[in-house]
Amino acid sequence: MISRCFRGISALSRHSCSLILRGLSTASASTSEKPETSRINLCTAVNEALAIALENNKRALVFGEDVSFGGVFRCTAGLLQRFGKERVFNTPLSEQGIVGFGIGAASLGCTSIAEIQFADYIYPAFDQIVNEASKYRYRSGGEFNCGGLTIRAPYGAVGHGGHYHSQSPEGFFTHVPGIKVVMAGGPADAKGLLLSAIQDPDPVIFFEPKMMYRTAVEEVPKGEYTIPLGKAKVKRKGTDITLVGWGQQVAVLEKAAALCLEHHDISCEVIDLRTLLPWDVAAVEDSVNKTGRLLVSHEAPITSGFGAEVTATITTRCFARLESPPARICGYDTPFPLVYEPIYMPTARKIIDAVQHSLKY
Amino acid sequence: MPGRACSRLVPRLCGAVRQQLMPGHSTAIATSAFLHKQVFSTEADASQKVEESMDFPGGKVPFTKKLLMLGGPRSTTPPMSCYRTADSTGTDIAGADVPHQINHALATKMYSTMAALQTVDTVFYEAQRQGRFSFFMTSAGEEATAVGSAAALTLEDTVFTQYREHGVMMWRGYTIQQMAHQCYGNILGHGKGRQMPIHYGSKELNFHTISSPLATQLPHAVGAAYALKLEGKQACVGVYFGEGAASEGDFHAAVNFASTLSAPVLFICRNNGWAISTPSTEQYRGDGIAGRGPSYGIASIRVDGGDARAVYNATAEARKIAVANSCPVLIEAMSYRSGHHSTSDDSSRYRTADEMNRWRARDPVMRFQNLLLANDWWDPQQEKDLRLSLRKEVLKALEAAQKEPKAPLSDMFTDVYKEMPWHLREQMKEAMAHVKAHPEACPSDIPVR
Repeated sequence: MISRCFRGISALSRHSCSLILRGLSTASASTSEKPETSRINLCTAVNEALAIALENNKRALVFGEDVSFGGVFRCTAGLLQRFGKERVFNTPLSEQGIVGFGIGAASLGCTSIAEIQFADYIYPAFDQIVNEASKYRYRSGGEFNCGGLTIRAPYGAVGHGGHYHSQSPEGFFTHVPGIKVVMAGGPADAKGLLLSAIQDPDPVIFFEPKMMYRTAVEEVPKGEYTIPLGKAKVKRKGTDITLVGWGQQVAVLEKAAALCLEHHDISCEVIDLRTLLPWDVAAVEDSVNKTGRLLVSHEAPITSGFGAEVTATITTRCFARLESPPARICGYDTPFPLVYEPIYMPTARKIIDAVQHSLKY
Repeated sequence: MPGRACSRLVPRLCGAVRQQLMPGHSTAIATSAFLHKQVFSTEADASQKVEESMDFPGGKVPFTKKLLMLGGPRSTTPPMSCYRTADSTGTDIAGADVPHQINHALATKMYSTMAALQTVDTVFYEAQRQGRFSFFMTSAGEEATAVGSAAALTLEDTVFTQYREHGVMMWRGYTIQQMAHQCYGNILGHGKGRQMPIHYGSKELNFHTISSPLATQLPHAVGAAYALKLEGKQACVGVYFGEGAASEGDFHAAVNFASTLSAPVLFICRNNGWAISTPSTEQYRGDGIAGRGPSYGIASIRVDGGDARAVYNATAEARKIAVANSCPVLIEAMSYRSGHHSTSDDSSRYRTADEMNRWRARDPVMRFQNLLLANDWWDPQQEKDLRLSLRKEVLKALEAAQKEPKAPLSDMFTDVYKEMPWHLREQMKEAMAHVKAHPEACPSDIPVR
């Protein structure tokens, strides 16, 4: 799985260089200049975004378990040394405490950047996220808000994570009005999206594809830039079918798309949603109106996964245009298994089979 | 003794060891460079070195060769004492600590606020029974806890509450009219009618909006206090909660964070003996809420919640400590929930009239009135006039609130996010179209726009 992904990512990094330059708004460069870039991985990209946020805003805080020494994934490396222990600090081991604390600090105007060590452990904070953070502005008639809160959490399969180091819980949070949900699919997107999330006036949950922390390497613009939330990105243009995904699954879709063209002469359009709440319905609608076919893919279990929302919405809007039933290639409805992971995962092979099936309908 | 032994044996060790004499003390953790080292006594036989303590990453702990358990059902340790300055009739207790005296003006303001609170509680409760709004909660029996503590806080201190502390808000300036608007859910009410009655809040008066889930406000208070500390403000956060809410995980998370991160929070617990129908004996088995504080490293006090002067003094002292040291303090105010849990509850189903009568006889407002009377600061005519004018004011407020319309239909969709996203704009259009097609579907007091 990892080696397949790596090949996919190499293709991605070559391909996406030009896309990056088109898709970004840089803070200072004029539109005719190419921003200076450096070849870094996703973990470093996140680290750069955090450093920029801390540098630009004296009321920004980075906190969570093991954040001081650099974090178990090294995303917060060096921040304590640069910004001091009052702004970069460890908290006790309590996700409900981390998020509740973050909400409170944000409600007084701080920019709270809270780390949850693994998305698998976010659930103790579910009450704080759903009942408190998401409703803070609405219930107060706009007098109070905790928009300065950003919750970062590594998510997704790594090859050996089993039940509790592999989960993709985005589906639980897309169902919560009042928060935003963002999934980064690569280093350059991660940096720009994270900076947007941190600056966004509403609380944001930012999922980082942990498998890509080290393996995804590409040219990432130096300095500050933002990628707007709520906007999907067409990663690959195509004509026969629209493949929709997010996070580390996008690389799998791109790989499947390349093989579909090479072996079956099928042209796939690949869309990375990037933001799941609110999501860019128009982008997918436009694409499916062009191709007439839809396939959505995510690692999370299929039942009630976010793929169901995409499928239902697009089916309603594009019903007359559809040439075949929309497909969902997702994880099975089981806890994430260890030894069975290779079969559990929504692989490129499964996607290619489903694409062929859709084209033959 | 280990320190002294060390100074003879290893001078360089001495400084670090002395700093580590209090396990869990923050400077000890910060300066500890020792992991799993053992401190030796020179008094022992040279061939048998006696290890007297161990330096854990969390601090130094002394060894013992005795197998003894502390605490538990067989423990003889008495519960933490309850500080009071006046007895159940309101008569001064000789020799009581009263570092913060209450003068005539302050006493009158406190008493008037408690009387206003009682009037609101009585009349609004009746209004709910008459169907004027859907829900209400009173704070009968806890007036001294709310007003006594609020009087020791300033408007610079941010306040978070649970749901039975409207006395705190009234002290800070929240008007009876504002309370009526919120309970009616009209366009002038805090929250624009989106929440049930009694979910007050006020940015101007620095108290955050109430939410129904219990204890969720405790970690918020810690984050807010941390923000105040970072800004260098000479202020603290006061957060209120009941003894039932203190069973929630958020209580543990909050006090632990406050202590570890040094946040200036006053944790003010109203232990009123009941969580709906659950008595405190079914809520906890340890020494109440104050008893938990020291185990988190937090200075704690138990106080007679029906003695407004005691509550005032405890809170004033706690605030001093919190602000000076940027640390949390825990106050447990013992009192009694004289009323039902809410208008949806009938407490005669689970407690005796005898118990309720016994506590009504110790009414905190009456006890405080006796303090005023003893000082010649109050008389029966003032009492009569005040109660009459308060009742008029409350009734007027309800009338005025009833007349106001609700917020327009579009306000169902605003404030979900700072800017309305496209999907909510679409849904708003749908809702408007539905109501235009079926006007009877929309309550008549909601303007369709």
